[in-house]
Amino acid sequence: MAIIGLIAGAAACNKDTSSSSDTASGSNCGYKLAYFGALTGSAANLGVNIEQGFELAINQYNKTKGSDCITVAKFDSQGAAEVAPGVARNLVADKKILGVVGPPFSGESEAADPIFEAAGIPTITPSATRVSLSANGWKTFHRAVANDDAQGPAAAAYIKDTLKATKVFIADDQSAYGAGLADVVKSKLGSLVVSSDKTEGDGKQTDFSALVQKVTSSGATALFYGGYYTNAGVIRKQLTAAGWKGTLLGGDGMKDPGLSKASGVAAAVGTVVTCPCSPPEAAGGTFVNDYKAQWNVAAGTYSDVAFDAANIFLQGIDAGNTTPEKLNTYLSTVNYKGIANTYKFTSTGELDPTLIKVWAFKFDQSGDAKSDVEIKTS
Amino acid sequence: MNFSGLINDFGPLTVTGLAQGAIIALFALGYTLVYGVLRLINFAHSEVFLLGTYGCLIAWGWFGLDQNSKAPNFGAMLAYMALGLVVAIVASGLTALAVELVAYRPLRRRNAPPLAFLITAIGASLAISETVGVLTHRNQRGVPPIIQARTVITIGDTHITNLQILIVVLALVMMFVLDRFINGSRLGRGIRAVSQNPDSAALMGVNKSRVISLVFLLGGLMAGIAAVMYDLKIGVTKYDAGFLLGIDAFTAAVLGGIGNLRGALLGGLLLGVLQNYAAGLFGSQWLHAAAFVLLVLILLFRPTGLLGESLGRARA
Repeated sequence: MAIIGLIAGAAACNKDTSSSSDTASGSNCGYKLAYFGALTGSAANLGVNIEQGFELAINQYNKTKGSDCITVAKFDSQGAAEVAPGVARNLVADKKILGVVGPPFSGESEAADPIFEAAGIPTITPSATRVSLSANGWKTFHRAVANDDAQGPAAAAYIKDTLKATKVFIADDQSAYGAGLADVVKSKLGSLVVSSDKTEGDGKQTDFSALVQKVTSSGATALFYGGYYTNAGVIRKQLTAAGWKGTLLGGDGMKDPGLSKASGVAAAVGTVVTCPCSPPEAAGGTFVNDYKAQWNVAAGTYSDVAFDAANIFLQGIDAGNTTPEKLNTYLSTVNYKGIANTYKFTSTGELDPTLIKVWAFKFDQSGDAKSDVEIKTS
Repeated sequence: MNFSGLINDFGPLTVTGLAQGAIIALFALGYTLVYGVLRLINFAHSEVFLLGTYGCLIAWGWFGLDQNSKAPNFGAMLAYMALGLVVAIVASGLTALAVELVAYRPLRRRNAPPLAFLITAIGASLAISETVGVLTHRNQRGVPPIIQARTVITIGDTHITNLQILIVVLALVMMFVLDRFINGSRLGRGIRAVSQNPDSAALMGVNKSRVISLVFLLGGLMAGIAAVMYDLKIGVTKYDAGFLLGIDAFTAAVLGGIGNLRGALLGGLLLGVLQNYAAGLFGSQWLHAAAFVLLVLILLFRPTGLLGESLGRARA
């Protein structure tokens, strides 16, 4: 039945695009690409950024191929690992879906990716960065951004080469993410580190006067904090109140306007965060304007990567890879130049190491982190 | 262990610890007052404090002040401080009274067992803090820079700021006033009487219910002052701020001798300083663990706390 459906769909599409001179392109219609990730829930904003980039790519593709050539399918996981498996089973039941852009978060990826793997549907995540995701032997897993391992060396390189700090204080919140990141930065900076300390996790400590005192008396001009924006905002505020004028740095966990909401914008200005993402406004082509025209908002973090991920699938379908198996094989050899990056995947589905990009973002008067420089680590 | 770090930073760690300890001490008074009279740990006292931290922020918000505002000039600062203190005290005081009226008084009327009080205390605490959490979307709220921290005294490497002096002096003054009130006034005599023997006090014509309300109100007033000081020192507040500092405050009350006003002050200051020393010596991740190990050790040798349990008894 499915095959008949596919043929019928392809035939229907053929009529619309019979004028096309390309022999392969017009015929590969009647399929679906899916977005899987948060559309509602507490982290909805991050998911919507990605879904809109994904949908924009398909809309643009359909403009040249016929209005219903590739259908957008949306699956709302609420960004929650406990919701994701059920939604993923619904997704794999739809046999017209050839590929999935998502899941955006690491937790839901761990819950849903095994289901996609069992169904043989290829996925490209534009934003899940937990390192271990690629170590499960999944054949259908692909990651279009750098993983968390890339951030530590990049942050260290920024401190050394751009900030040119010679006395650095390292602290972390004892979380898997924060401590892992801080340890990498510490080992990469070596003798530049004058001292280090640890804090309690988010919301478990509000008085950081001991840490502030240690940072101040160490003479450090830079503090790298492995942790999230909640603690970082309070620490920045108390450092400023104690008269410390150095630079606070951190990873993408601190890339949130919540930091300046706690510290006040004046104290937050100059705080630097790294992110394995490119600034959306730096994307090539007409993407920035197209996105704005379609959605009436500016492209957000990872919108551009999701746009590229959708186009990677579309290029594969256009070339005649019209089963999930064929599309997955195509991904293993793809070399696609998109608007945010060039994409080539290793055998474990990671982005080729030579293509990894990490950017530094700096908090400015708007209270949000704006792109500063791309960090070269290799 | 980092002895050189502790020795190098000994002065600054002491000063910042005393400031934190003074806030803990003011907060701890609420636990100690209620316990002294009712033999009840009022767990909802942490939310009495919490609403104080929001009360003054809301009051400053009326004048358009938020975390991004510029520090006001001296005159305006005094006015804002007065306003913030009044609103925080009213917010905390009313919360304390409301908790007593809604959560405790009906139980007392029915002679409920002590366990019932404990459960309603925890229930009231969670209900208030979770409501605030939902209303504020569990976000942090930044505090406007009403008082710009400025070094006014320098001793060696130790810089003491205007804010630190204000916090410690205010705590000492409030403690003195409260001590005089309990030990020197007619209402204070009533509190001491109920604390010593509620039934005899009632027979002597003391209005027990009014005394209990007064005790809750006094604890709320002190928590309101602590809340303003907390906002200015920490710089943010959040729906669980009361819970976190409440653990410290309750500990301080026990450390000094619960039911004992001077004990709360001593316990608060001691806890604040010890936490900072532990952070200096072992690293900030040991801040809580080390202080609580010490608490256990002290209680082993002085089970009733450093100054002993007494609100009325010692100087009756």
